[in-house]
Amino acid sequence: MSWAPATASPERRLLEVTANERLGAYRLVKVLDPGGDCAPGQFAMLAAEHGWGGGEDERPFLARALSVARHTGAEAHFLLEDVGPGTRRLCELQTGERVLAVSPLGRGFGEPQPGRRALLVGGGVGIAPLVILQDRLGGSTRALLGFRDGERARAAELMLDVHLATDDGSVGHRGTVTELLEHELDEDPVAEVYACGPGPMLEGVRALCSRREVPAQLALEAPMACGFGACFGCVVPARDGRYLRVCVDGPVIGAHELDHVGDHAGAPA
Amino acid sequence: MSVAFCGLELAHPIINGSGTFDAFAAREAFGAGLLDDFPFAAYVSKTITLAPRAGNPPPRVWEVPAGMINSIGLPNKGLAGYLEDELPRLAGITTRGHDPGGELRDVPLVTNVMGSTATELRELVEACERRVEIAAVELNVSCPNVETGLDIGADPDQLRAVVGELRDATAKPLIVKLTPNAADVPACALAAEQGGADAVSLINTLRAMALAPSSNGTAARPWLGGTTGGLSGPAVRAVALAQVAAVAERVGIPVIGMGGVQTGAHARELLEVGASLVAVGTESFRDPAAGRRIARELQAQRTAV
Repeated sequence: MSWAPATASPERRLLEVTANERLGAYRLVKVLDPGGDCAPGQFAMLAAEHGWGGGEDERPFLARALSVARHTGAEAHFLLEDVGPGTRRLCELQTGERVLAVSPLGRGFGEPQPGRRALLVGGGVGIAPLVILQDRLGGSTRALLGFRDGERARAAELMLDVHLATDDGSVGHRGTVTELLEHELDEDPVAEVYACGPGPMLEGVRALCSRREVPAQLALEAPMACGFGACFGCVVPARDGRYLRVCVDGPVIGAHELDHVGDHAGAPA
Repeated sequence: MSVAFCGLELAHPIINGSGTFDAFAAREAFGAGLLDDFPFAAYVSKTITLAPRAGNPPPRVWEVPAGMINSIGLPNKGLAGYLEDELPRLAGITTRGHDPGGELRDVPLVTNVMGSTATELRELVEACERRVEIAAVELNVSCPNVETGLDIGADPDQLRAVVGELRDATAKPLIVKLTPNAADVPACALAAEQGGADAVSLINTLRAMALAPSSNGTAARPWLGGTTGGLSGPAVRAVALAQVAAVAERVGIPVIGMGGVQTGAHARELLEVGASLVAVGTESFRDPAAGRRIARELQAQRTAV
């Protein structure tokens, strides 16, 4: 495994589900992906082989973009929350079923700048790419993770050296993960921040890092049809006025390239 | 399975719909080999306009039952950027025929252009005429005429006049991409033929809208940054079949059929009602190799018959 993005096959691959484990409010779905490679922050377009369509509102139709949460070399792991007809179907996958996959896609995280410690900041199901990133960085890379409640915070079990925040205060700090980040940067500002989570959280991280002049790499999410630059659907406005495609210019984009991180809540998921 | 189309020889009848496949991004995602075994027998560019366009503000896509609505807004580098930067890099794309042997064949490039006046369109077509890399020109006429306010492609008289004014600007095949958002699509196709078009392609996306999910009584607002967008995918397949059949009946020039094609069987339906080629669009979003898969499926069906 390396930091350089791995290249996908344009042919959809059928990958067998080996496990679907409950992790608090989330599911951890594991699929056989022998010989697969994946840089931290890359993602897969996934659809169930059968029963894709005909769910709520006759959806899903498009594949769903999901960060690879972990890759063992033989298996790829995905962290899922049921937030729409596509993620619901994927959450219901049974062992032995297969998924259609196009992966790995996109540009992942870059190595930290020399002399800066990596600091991982995640929110909700968005912690997924930080799991594989922590695997890659090794050692004790601190992870600041925020969740809505204790059930969701169970996903923190996937990572080491975690400092938790929950909205309802049931576990860890009552408040936002951005508050934890502010405290961390007070203690040691020579950091490089790696963040993934809901739009408002990422915007909080972006604004804080901008004020503190701390470099940050943000893994973004956007409504996406294809995942490989064909549809031009997943754009976000960059600081220089251009639109960036989250799928091929990202999903990891330097915070300095953005003036603002938007909120895509409500998108078909 | 090679097919002749307006003087071009294609390895098979499956091409891409304009704006549904970015060869450069695909090469980055899937490696350089993609351009040596391209999924399509011809490559239709996204729509090129005279001036660069950033495209519509996001969100740009919305999933619907059996399809999607897009409101992309034709982002492109403009004519000069396309000719200087993109076109030279597109030359040399090849695909494999699906005949036994499957030898490599060149992929002809079709440049899709849109202008909002006859003068703009003429400038675009004349520029395409001067470039040897371009095998054919497709006119996107699903665009309001800034002088009349009417969609050029929705009004037969206007369409006949616009195509007629352009016809002598190029000796290359001129394809008119018809809009399905017209009262009488076959009349528009006939008008394009009378104006001098060498072929027509249809259907473009159907105008559609989605509302943002509402929360506790907030006023309804459109989800897409462009307010409305175009519906595509299997949801429009039956509409496409009806329009392609009606157009093929009315005109003598070749027809490129498209709309919701996901399999070789779907492609064959369009061919059976009179299409000469079939374009794949939204299915490529779900399956990047859909073009060559559908060509293979089509070939297998023909062999089986």
